[in-house]
Amino acid sequence: MATRGFTGRQSGPEPSDRVPPGQHLVNNFPVLTAGPTPRIEPADWNFTLKVGPRPFKVWSWSDFNALPRTRMTRDIHCVTSWSKLNTAWEGVAVDDILADAGLSAPTPFVLAHCFDGYSTNVPLADLATGKAMVALKYEGQPLPREHGGPARLLVPHLYFWKSAKWVNGLQFTERDEAGFWELRGYHIYGDPWNEQRYTND
Amino acid sequence: MTEAIAATARWQSCAIVEIATRTPAIKSFFLRLSETFDHKAGQHVDVRLIAPNGYTAMRSYSIASAPSNSRVIELAIERLPDGEVSPFFHDVAQVGDTIELRGPLGGHFLWPRPSNKPVLLIGAGSGVAPLMAMIRYRKASAEVVPVALLLSSRTWREVLFRDELLELEMSLPDFAFALALTREPATRCTDFSGRIDARVVADVAARLPASPGCAFVCGSNAFVDIAADAVLALGLEAGTIKTERYGA
Repeated sequence: MATRGFTGRQSGPEPSDRVPPGQHLVNNFPVLTAGPTPRIEPADWNFTLKVGPRPFKVWSWSDFNALPRTRMTRDIHCVTSWSKLNTAWEGVAVDDILADAGLSAPTPFVLAHCFDGYSTNVPLADLATGKAMVALKYEGQPLPREHGGPARLLVPHLYFWKSAKWVNGLQFTERDEAGFWELRGYHIYGDPWNEQRYTND
Repeated sequence: MTEAIAATARWQSCAIVEIATRTPAIKSFFLRLSETFDHKAGQHVDVRLIAPNGYTAMRSYSIASAPSNSRVIELAIERLPDGEVSPFFHDVAQVGDTIELRGPLGGHFLWPRPSNKPVLLIGAGSGVAPLMAMIRYRKASAEVVPVALLLSSRTWREVLFRDELLELEMSLPDFAFALALTREPATRCTDFSGRIDARVVADVAARLPASPGCAFVCGSNAFVDIAADAVLALGLEAGTIKTERYGA
């Protein structure tokens, strides 16, 4: 049912085929976090690939930066309803992380972990085959702290809480284990085109 | 710790039953739920407005009212000059209109229950809304949890819930309240002139009978960063500092 008196902004030709339902475009880059913004120096940074509880490989900042680089420009969609088009990222594709570790697909499920204790679950199918990266640069510059620097996960086709800031590891899990927001009422998968915002959407 | 899950946050139609002007830029909208829900202090709702052609605009607003048996919830909405939804609420919406919302939502920025350690609340502008729900809840529940609120506002007349907070400062035991006014000098000796910093946050935290066990910070991104860093400097663990950043 229409809301009395509401017409909306709807100004100009919206590229509506790129804006999922319930989303609106922003030009700025809003910042949302569950807690304080961590400070992580390169010397203290590392990235751990785990299979279950077992660490499989650990990279230092310099080791990780020596991995092959990938660039992608994508539209991103936050569950709080903003979308931003054409964001340009550079980093290491998840495929290249797994290749460097000599690991293929021990399980179909992955939990991303972060320096601040945050976590989020993403199926391997949504990370591999060029779909996701650990981003080190945004718009050609080192990733700012407030956007997850030094490194964040980038899974642009899912709601942006899946693109975990301050990421420090990926863990293969036997089952699809809910992460931080998934345990707190948010959807287990988070497809913006199907408006999978909350648990039972 | 999973504190609350939005099991079935279905869209529902709510009637606006009252509109109260709170400050020059903030009005409170009192909405009567058609399906009652049991929210926790700190949670929000998603509101959606639908144009005749089906275009939908959705935004999240914190619930400012305390959990209660009432079917009426309060949303304090600031009019953003470049906004799409908030100008509708301020300029078009009237008592009797129907608004669609779903909730309660959010399982992180929640009043700690049960709690015995003091709680530090820091907000800016309309960011006091979820903190107000916590203070109102504490009053209604008669919990004996000491609470301090540091609230930043441009001016005295722009302080959201000012009169209620001043009354609670007098009547509610173990409630400390300090303002930081950024565009005019503070007149009360317990308030601060200018923007908050680590010294201001430490001063307000020291008004609690013991160190805070947790902190809730709500406001713009820049404000939240300053406040959260100041709380870290008090010695709180990062995991005990919960933040909500406005501005999307």
